[in-house]
Amino acid sequence: MTVVLAIGTGKGLFLARSGDDRHEWQISGPHFPMTAVYSVAIDTRRQPARLLVGVSSSHFGPSVAISDDLGETWQEPEVAPIAFPTETGAALERVWQLTPGRADQPDVIYAGVQPSALFRSEDGGRSFALVRGLWDHPHREHWEPGFGGKAVHTVLPHPTDPARVVVAMSTGGVYRTSDGGATWEATNTGIKAYFLPDNPYPEFGQCVHKIARHPDRPEQFFAQNHHGVYRSDDGGSTWVSIADGLPSDFGFPIVVHPHRPGVIYTFPLTADGLRFPPEDRCRIYRSEDAGSTWTALAKGLPEEGFYATVLRDALACDDADPAGVYVGARSGEVYASADEGESWRLVASHLPDVLCVRAAVVG
Amino acid sequence: MTLSGVRVEVLVPAVLRTDCGGAARLSFVLSSPATLGDLLAEVAGAHPRLERRVRDEQGAIRRYVNVYVNGEEARSRAGVATPLHDGTQVQIVPSVAGG
Repeated sequence: MTVVLAIGTGKGLFLARSGDDRHEWQISGPHFPMTAVYSVAIDTRRQPARLLVGVSSSHFGPSVAISDDLGETWQEPEVAPIAFPTETGAALERVWQLTPGRADQPDVIYAGVQPSALFRSEDGGRSFALVRGLWDHPHREHWEPGFGGKAVHTVLPHPTDPARVVVAMSTGGVYRTSDGGATWEATNTGIKAYFLPDNPYPEFGQCVHKIARHPDRPEQFFAQNHHGVYRSDDGGSTWVSIADGLPSDFGFPIVVHPHRPGVIYTFPLTADGLRFPPEDRCRIYRSEDAGSTWTALAKGLPEEGFYATVLRDALACDDADPAGVYVGARSGEVYASADEGESWRLVASHLPDVLCVRAAVVG
Repeated sequence: MTLSGVRVEVLVPAVLRTDCGGAARLSFVLSSPATLGDLLAEVAGAHPRLERRVRDEQGAIRRYVNVYVNGEEARSRAGVATPLHDGTQVQIVPSVAGG
């Protein structure tokens, strides 16, 4: 089994490859040096797997590149893969998310971008078109930028229904379509916006940091909010807190196990105003009962003096069985677990700040 | 009377030469009168990836890219409306940014 771990950092993409059940890793990179890699996808619907990477140069702007040989070579289209139509007056600032579509639509790729918008590709990521229904939503003028920018950062295509897609944005919250993107409704009931004391449970405007779901339970969602950890069992219509048992309800990522619905991982930070892990320890928290109870996972992780943040896309699982779990920190360290989080090994250190990680079995 | 075009030379920084076939200098002949925007439109036709490194899809020159027209930074003149005359040299320079 060969597993590829893609590590997006503030100064390029690093690729780690393991052929021995994820014990030893060979690392290459940086690919796209001096670009911020906020999004990467490993599209295993095709063989060989396709890597897609969203790069942002502070000088020369954003783009998307693809590789069909696991990073040996890259192709970037001459014409901008993602660009706003002229009449929108908007310009692409950053690609926050690249999400492969359903298995039976192998050329469909979604991109969540800044400013908040959704794009869709039907040619495997070489070119994308703006999803106008979300861009034209009457709420859009009220979406505000969070500290990281105003972006659609999560895209969850329905596993069986091509007309249904759920997105999350900061700020704005969760939106869903059931008509292929023509219309969208905000679905944030129960998610708190504590920073809006005059209306802490608005229809929209929440700062949802990440959402996740397992394809075998398409109506169940999990959300890590800007304070608040939630679950929805009705397709996102309503949300309930699952933060009891966590040391904090603040954090950025939330990840669903690839094979076990209801098994989720998160990385709590103490608070909005104190963005360090609780007790300054590096601990992943796992729930095996959809958030009713939580267990700290720390074997092999730094036990003290850990002050780094784990960003919203810097916690991920691969698709092996048992599943691998990966976490990257803004301090440039990446840890991997080959046993679903029970124990961890250092994969890389002294990298630039880690913005995202993705991993998959590629052979 | 013979009408001739506006000949413009573009100096490409090393970091962007892979976006125009490795060339350090590009030559264009524009219709008169010509502006910097006209030049960038020509660049977009010949080397679209180079052009999108310099300006975004709305035509704005990127914040941390400076374009010099005969030694003067274009923003201090008329931006993309800066007139170009025969023999003008245009230089693309990444500005000081990042950490």
